[in-house]
Amino acid sequence: MNPRLARWLVNGALFGCAAVAVLPLLWMLSASLMPPGSASALPPPLLPAQPTLDTYRALFARAGMGRYLLNSLAISGAIAVLALVCNLMAGYAFAKLRFAGRERLFRALIGALLIPAQVAMLPLFLLLKYAGLVNSYAGVIVPGMATLFGIYLVREFARSVPDELLEAARIDGAGEWRIFVRIVLPLLKPIMMTLTVFTFLAAWNDFMWPLIVLTGQEHYTLPLALASLAREHSEDTELMMAGSVITVLPVLVLFLALQRHYLQGLLLGSVKG
Amino acid sequence: MSRATTAWLFLTPALLVLGVFFFVPVLGALGLSLTDYDLYALADLRNLRFVGLHNYWELLHRPLFWTALGNTFYFVVVGVPLSIGASLGTALLLNSPLARMKAFHRTVLFAPVVTTVVAVAVIWRYLFNTKYGLVNHALAVLGLNPVDWLGDPHWAMPTIIAFAVWKNFGYNMIILLAGLQAIAPELYEAARIDGASRWRQFRHITLPLLKPTMVLVTVLTVAGYFQLFAEPYVMTEGGPLQSTMSVLYLMYDDGFKWWNFGVASAVAFALFGIILAVTVLLLRLARRGASA
Repeated sequence: MNPRLARWLVNGALFGCAAVAVLPLLWMLSASLMPPGSASALPPPLLPAQPTLDTYRALFARAGMGRYLLNSLAISGAIAVLALVCNLMAGYAFAKLRFAGRERLFRALIGALLIPAQVAMLPLFLLLKYAGLVNSYAGVIVPGMATLFGIYLVREFARSVPDELLEAARIDGAGEWRIFVRIVLPLLKPIMMTLTVFTFLAAWNDFMWPLIVLTGQEHYTLPLALASLAREHSEDTELMMAGSVITVLPVLVLFLALQRHYLQGLLLGSVKG
Repeated sequence: MSRATTAWLFLTPALLVLGVFFFVPVLGALGLSLTDYDLYALADLRNLRFVGLHNYWELLHRPLFWTALGNTFYFVVVGVPLSIGASLGTALLLNSPLARMKAFHRTVLFAPVVTTVVAVAVIWRYLFNTKYGLVNHALAVLGLNPVDWLGDPHWAMPTIIAFAVWKNFGYNMIILLAGLQAIAPELYEAARIDGASRWRQFRHITLPLLKPTMVLVTVLTVAGYFQLFAEPYVMTEGGPLQSTMSVLYLMYDDGFKWWNFGVASAVAFALFGIILAVTVLLLRLARRGASA
């Protein structure tokens, strides 16, 4: 094939795919800036004739979007931090601390990755109901405080910590906790970053479990609020698009800022499956 | 303090969380599926009865379960090949030495993956709106008749599949791209010297060396696609005429709308069994393919 034609075809196809990937998101942004009612017109407008933030104002003033935004931030933040602590400790133990049955236990945990999370949801709901945690932030946060995937990720990474370093510290008389905090954690910084971004994004985007456990509007996260808005105000295109922007923008910005860490985690997590 | 004790102390928080909030509930679900736990039992546990395999038996005779199972298989059987095809196609494009602005394209193509399912499903609902949607407008410009995408039982699932492909292909694209980049360039060099065409290089170098990655990606995607829920919940509420009712949607309705926890747990375990069986089958097929 003619090399110029080939180059043209490859780059044309890439641009086409990129356009398909991003156009729905751009249209969301555009429609959210249209004056109320103007998105539902014929022919459907691509760009707002007069961009306005009115819809956003209405969203925060009338639909209580500020509250949902804070709920989402608080819940996802708490899950990210708590899961980081639990997963780091467990992953490090599996990678570097010797004990009988270590490999067997780890393999069993990895095998459990096959169980869909939804299988646990019905009894989990009952458990939390009897514990009085249904319709509370804790009901969403507590089951997310440790993840099989996170433990696996930390273990893979922590295996590269040299044993000699830990042994030397032990001979110097350092306690295990001190070794973990002073020597191991600084070495695990890259994976801490990756894991935090990963967990935060997953918690932010999570839908089914919050939908089940949060029964009252006052605790709703953004996806729940949006799904409920979509059922009540489905004809209000601009409002729905502004709500989508508020929901998607934080994670998109976070991803763009920390892309390298996120993709690293994705690859590390899938190398061996 | 012994080394082993230290290890267990480090493991305790994570194992406690996983045990109490995952492993115990999974066993609990198995137990629940053998009972008639419903609204009455929720009010007073004394109303709870052990019913053996009755819930599973009833499932087999319930048309809605078969509808949901059929819809879910439709979504998996059509959606997974399309998804992986899109991932492989874009990964090949990104890996091409002719491609420009690779980092930019990679980021843009991956963007849908990090977005919130609910939010982007809402966007698609408007883009595929029968009257005001841009998709039907584009069809009209091309001189085609409008389609009632989410309101027609024949079109609702294909629309949801298109959405899922758009939302998810970037994930596998990154994994496949890494697989492609791991293939030694010398192999292509040697094939070129031997006069092998682009297509034959792809068939005899790229595909065989990419196979382990493809197997992994397929198994993960199939397991993920069986868990269809948020998309129909937001876009169609399982309709029209239950054409997008998935197994998990059925579990959700049985459990959290009608409070039939026994029946819903049986649905959940049936889905788990199916995912497990399909995963094992896929891995068997992959292994047989490797030895052949």
